[in-house]
Amino acid sequence: MFHGVSFSVEGGHALALRGPNGVGKSSLLRLIAGLVRMDAGTLELAGGAPDVPLGEQAHYLGHLDALKPSLSVIENLGFWATFLSGREAAREDLEAALDAVGIGDLASLPARYLSAGQRRRLALARLAAVRRPVWMLDEPTSALDADGQRLLFALVGAHLSCGGIVVVATHVDLPFATTVLALEAMR
Amino acid sequence: MTALKALFARELALAVRIGGGALMAVVFFLIVVTVIPFGVGPDLNVLARIGPAILWIGVLLANLLAIDRLFQADQEDGSLDLIVMSPVPLEMTVAVKALAYWMTTGLPLTLAAPLFGMMLNVPPQALGAICLTLLAGTPALTFIGTIGAALTVVLRRGGLLLAILVVPLMIPVLIFGISATTAVITGPTPFLTPFLILVALSLFSLVLGPLAAAAALRASLD
Repeated sequence: MFHGVSFSVEGGHALALRGPNGVGKSSLLRLIAGLVRMDAGTLELAGGAPDVPLGEQAHYLGHLDALKPSLSVIENLGFWATFLSGREAAREDLEAALDAVGIGDLASLPARYLSAGQRRRLALARLAAVRRPVWMLDEPTSALDADGQRLLFALVGAHLSCGGIVVVATHVDLPFATTVLALEAMR
Repeated sequence: MTALKALFARELALAVRIGGGALMAVVFFLIVVTVIPFGVGPDLNVLARIGPAILWIGVLLANLLAIDRLFQADQEDGSLDLIVMSPVPLEMTVAVKALAYWMTTGLPLTLAAPLFGMMLNVPPQALGAICLTLLAGTPALTFIGTIGAALTVVLRRGGLLLAILVVPLMIPVLIFGISATTAVITGPTPFLTPFLILVALSLFSLVLGPLAAAAALRASLD
């Protein structure tokens, strides 16, 4: 599927995957996340826990928001925060994460009433609620309004300034310094 | 452990709330049990003789009704990706999901069966045997179904394929469940022999189900 793809990202830096539709940006993200098996090649997180798969040290924000319509906003977030971290999530932390994405006032609303942009914000709140060193974002700005994008960039900026790594597949110009990995279709 | 508890609580909440399938299986079971006497006729002796079999078949079918959604719902909304990526072993996740499914499907069916058995003129001493054999046998039905649910997770309308895959594996459970029950009514075989085999089948599938289902899930995500 991929041939001759190589990249390295340092802590505090972002890598942007660019390329035309269908070139494999999402697939590369899923590969890094460990959701697709690698047939050949290596992938290494220097300084991370060596015996823990990269996927378990990374957040993956795909096209789908992983929300259950019949659970409330805070129940959705609380489940993922607890399940991904293995610790009971404190309500204040969850509320802080919801505030960080601008949906703090919707906490008790069932997720089925959320708009597409609000669902996206709730998915983003997961990144703020559980600390993980690597973020893999697949089209994170989709369905977000201008305010939502500003909040997303603030979240990503804060993560980078803490020394985190961000790999993002996007067509949008990002307001922070990024290394660009341009993927091309094989002929 | 905390993560698994959170998953269990979420599964129960999803099943019980609007749109969940907790009551659906029992209602389907009731439909099967009420329709059969119309087809067979009102002969109470005939109903008493085939009653245990109808109850067991009804439970088997009702248990299949929603099990195709066990992983498919998570696959469709992206939850499955996060579940696979989490530090929790996938086998444990599968086991907890299957356990929650049994709590909201197999257990209510087991508790409803003696009540529905009275509608079929099943003798009183067999009602207890029905309840006991279902309690021992429904975990096997659920955990075998889990394997089929994992194999068909990426297929739209995988429910039919799932039934074709797992029903043959459920036949032994059905046979020993019913033969233990009829042993109480008519003899001459003892109750305990088929019952212990039923328990063994359940324990076997309790171990094998999560392992096989987790392997199938990993393969289907590739």
